[in-house]
Amino acid sequence: MTQTHRINAGGHVDRSQTLEFTFNGQRYQGFKGDTLASALLANGVDIVNRSFKYSRARGIVAAGAEEPNAVVQLGAREETQVPNVRATQQALYKGLVARSTNGWPNVQRDVMSWVGRLGGGFMPPGFYYKTFMAPASMWMTYEKYIRKGAGLGRAPHESDPDIYDHMHHHCDVMVVGAGPAGLAAALSAARAGARVILCDEQEEMGGSLLDSRETLDGVLAARWVEASVKELASLENVTLLPRTTANGYHDHNFVTLHERRTEHLADTASEAGFAGQARARLHRVRAGTVILASGTHERPLVYANNDLPGNMLAGAVSTYIRRYAVVPGKKLVLSPSNDHAYRAALDWKEAGREVIAIVDARANPDGDLVRQARDSGIRVITGSAVVEARGGQRVTGARVCAIDLERFVVTGKTEELECDTIASSGGYSPVVHLSSHTGTRPQWNEELLCFLPGEVKGMISAGGVAGHFGLDETLADGERAGRQAAKATGFENAQAITLPATRARRDGKACALYQVPHEKTALRAPKQFVDLQNDVTAAGIELATREGFESIEHVKRYTALGFGTDQGKLGNINGMAIAARCLDRSIPDVGTTVFRPNYTPITFGAIVGRHCGELFDPKRYTALHQWHMENGAEFEDVGQWKRPWYFPKKRRDNGQERMETMHEAVARECLAVREKVGILDASTLGKIDIQGPDAREFLGRVYTNKWAQLAPGRVRYGLMCKDDGMLMDDGTTSCLADNHFLMTTTTGGAAGVLEWLELWHQTEWPELQVYFNSVTDHWATMTVTGPDARKLLSELTDLDLDKESFKFMDWRDATVADVPARIFRISFTGELAFEINVQANYALHVWKKLFEHGEKYDLTPYGTETMHVLRAEKGLIIVGQDTDGSVTPEDLGMQWAIGYDKPFPWIGKRALSRPDTLRGDRKQFVGLKPKDPSVVLEEGAQIVFDKEQSIPMDMKGHVTSSYYSPSLGHGFALAVVVEGRDRMGQTVYLPMADGTVHEAEIVSPVFIDPKGERQNV
Amino acid sequence: MFYIHCPYCQEHREEEEFHPRGEAHLMRPTDPDNATDEEWGDYLFFRQNPRGIHHELWVHSVGCRKFFNITRNTVTYEILETYRMGEQPSITAETEKLRKEQGVQTADGGWQTIGAQPDSRALNEETSS
Repeated sequence: MTQTHRINAGGHVDRSQTLEFTFNGQRYQGFKGDTLASALLANGVDIVNRSFKYSRARGIVAAGAEEPNAVVQLGAREETQVPNVRATQQALYKGLVARSTNGWPNVQRDVMSWVGRLGGGFMPPGFYYKTFMAPASMWMTYEKYIRKGAGLGRAPHESDPDIYDHMHHHCDVMVVGAGPAGLAAALSAARAGARVILCDEQEEMGGSLLDSRETLDGVLAARWVEASVKELASLENVTLLPRTTANGYHDHNFVTLHERRTEHLADTASEAGFAGQARARLHRVRAGTVILASGTHERPLVYANNDLPGNMLAGAVSTYIRRYAVVPGKKLVLSPSNDHAYRAALDWKEAGREVIAIVDARANPDGDLVRQARDSGIRVITGSAVVEARGGQRVTGARVCAIDLERFVVTGKTEELECDTIASSGGYSPVVHLSSHTGTRPQWNEELLCFLPGEVKGMISAGGVAGHFGLDETLADGERAGRQAAKATGFENAQAITLPATRARRDGKACALYQVPHEKTALRAPKQFVDLQNDVTAAGIELATREGFESIEHVKRYTALGFGTDQGKLGNINGMAIAARCLDRSIPDVGTTVFRPNYTPITFGAIVGRHCGELFDPKRYTALHQWHMENGAEFEDVGQWKRPWYFPKKRRDNGQERMETMHEAVARECLAVREKVGILDASTLGKIDIQGPDAREFLGRVYTNKWAQLAPGRVRYGLMCKDDGMLMDDGTTSCLADNHFLMTTTTGGAAGVLEWLELWHQTEWPELQVYFNSVTDHWATMTVTGPDARKLLSELTDLDLDKESFKFMDWRDATVADVPARIFRISFTGELAFEINVQANYALHVWKKLFEHGEKYDLTPYGTETMHVLRAEKGLIIVGQDTDGSVTPEDLGMQWAIGYDKPFPWIGKRALSRPDTLRGDRKQFVGLKPKDPSVVLEEGAQIVFDKEQSIPMDMKGHVTSSYYSPSLGHGFALAVVVEGRDRMGQTVYLPMADGTVHEAEIVSPVFIDPKGERQNV
Repeated sequence: MFYIHCPYCQEHREEEEFHPRGEAHLMRPTDPDNATDEEWGDYLFFRQNPRGIHHELWVHSVGCRKFFNITRNTVTYEILETYRMGEQPSITAETEKLRKEQGVQTADGGWQTIGAQPDSRALNEETSS
């Protein structure tokens, strides 16, 4: 038995191409051109899901993006899983595998449905929180199972095999939607010469015309669609994007489009025959004018049991019959509030199935379609509606009653009609979602009984979304919008284009009907669903208003109306109408909630594009990176830089060869620097070239210390504060010439410092003649340091390294290994040190020469970890590690680097005399020596003075840096402690999470060579 | 994502090229040494954060590296104008209020300044007060 509900003629499906697919483990067949939903309906599959909260059986309701129930998990393999796919939007392909998102163990027999009975048939909003509230500690446990039961799709556990792209566009006119209005708009704008992008979320362009009964120029509307798309495709200034959803509408006419390129063909791009190509694209479009031609969504009526499989939208019934040649049942009852919905009954009857009755809510419907239905012998019951659907797993009947809309009551006798499908229509809601993304609120139109898009600058809404429901109006409105948009973007000569002739049709006036009255109150009647995806009922909204939620935003959050991937497509207006009735206010008075991006779910793959794996974040390598790799370096990320962390060597233990641990490698590297000579790749330090007659004056203003006297050839360490007096960066600056300086910054602070200098120059002191440029990547920096540094370097340079002529904090031009270089006598280790800067392309040559000559001195490469230990032994700070934006130079004990008497009020000076910076109990920078020499304190550990104090203890400081010192033979730390400098020799305590308490003595932060003699040799 | 006209490059560029630096036209006291603690604290810490017209300092950080100012409506996110350092805005909360009182349409910065418009009257009034 296959495709029992398929009819033999018509539709856009290709009957010669049968496609096998699997749904919930069962194999089915459909045709090329089907969606998963139409194929399921063709096979008579009634139940496609279980509902989110009550676990009720659910069937397909709609035929497009607004489908609330048929939300499936797609994918044949773990790595191709895609959650939250609407079956109505998923084209069928050979071998497609899909599962219901909800329902366990399966949708036919659902275990969770017992939960639905716990609440006595009605689970009010907040049910789970109210029911499973005790004991509070158990909620996490309950929640785990409740969520599993509810199920909302799941992410794959394995890597996606596909690639995704981002594309960027500028266009004059962005047309969203290729229905009659969108096509007409695109044609008129494109013919005027504007650059047009036309996107449509469906498999085919044409929108409502694809299943229309109407003719254009005397032939079926679909023909005109074909010709129009063909013309647009031939124009160079037009980009057509089918299967592309405009998902977000952002500031300044920025629209994001989600294009699915191969998802209609197979699980992956390669299986679809597009190996190596993007499965989906995210287009980022900056448009001159946006034409919103997103059409309308039909509103279902809210009546009892309106969620039983077999309850559908009237328009969806027409779509399935006319476009997919699927009749979703045998006997139809149609419950409309308007003329347009009559199409469903006419299509149904023409497909050879039985229309039991049309139950029109209006007293005297008299439009052309009504007359046509009556003429064809269909029974039309007026002034009535379906008040309740009958059935268990599927609709078996409809209870029909006369209703009084004014008083919201049922009147007269009940009639039971036998049927298996109930189609309803409460009117049409313009798809205003995109316009709402910009922040504008939709406006209620009492005449049309719907919200229209609010005003957005640069946007024109056209066709159905603008409230034009007739085909002739829609086409004309689209044409006008296209012309207007072309003119607005500079195509002044845009001409009106000829539109195809429509057949005149007179529609009667629709009535306002949202919830259908019932004999019982909403609480006692069978459930009347408003939001099918979130299981929000009319009773839930009533209850919310009774419990005092008067704002629609609060009602939304209390009931979950319009939440999640659904974004209120079918339910929002009905929900607002019910809230308005309960609060005795008008719909515009109650207001609407905000629709947010994305309009329909988008995969993370498309959002991420190529920005994943290797390309997630740019990586920066120094000129010596290859050497580090070849020499076994372990790397550390410092910002985007890859820096050698340490260089482990092989070692022998009991005859076994193994690699050093990090601890062993760092100890070896540290001792090499203290006893012989080591070398560090310091190229990542930020370098800023500063030039101009006022360069020196500028330095004096941005650094805390003095720069007036620094002579060419000399180097000085400087501290940079923000104007709040807190340290922001440090580094050395060298005087290259009287008006030329080279500033170094921390590796991570380089970009920020350059911007900081520009900020002050451009906004405060534009009169100073000074220029800045980043030269970080231009120079490679090699630090040769240790007692043998001079001996090694002297073998390779023409410079006299004599300590009298080339003193500590001097720099000189020289050659090193025959390469022009700048040599700086700066020390970040406390040892004799030379920082060699060469043009980056020569770095590897120089580095290798140093190793050739360094072999006899046992030259040892070291990484950032050893650098940290060595500088910490000297009490040298690292900004961002030992400081955190709340530390002043005075807190660090660096008064020697503060030019209190400089003439210009430099940045940060005034703040040093604010009451807060003068406080006596500020934290001060000190050293800590653990009482137990084997202990290495935890960085970030809190410091207390009284270890007996009960929790919460008074925290008096914290550890900022902590290491084991191979030179000292014990652990040591740097810390900030309240009034630390007055507490030298005192014992402090560091309580740890596991209950142990470490003891440490407050000492000077300088652990090695306090007089600084070793670097001055 | 904003579309920003750099007054130095004279081009519209994507927001990704720019970096916001907070409120514009902050005055550093000319004589910091003699500024009171309160004056200095105001300069350091206190900002307008208005609802409506706001003047902001931005930098074309991966473009020309120039700082410039933006007049932006913080409700609608419309950019009403951009202007160079040292220039004064032609659109301010005061000019907008005046125009509104005279019944003139509020500022229109051209086609690039597209964003939502406040729909309710209350919002507009609050914006200008």
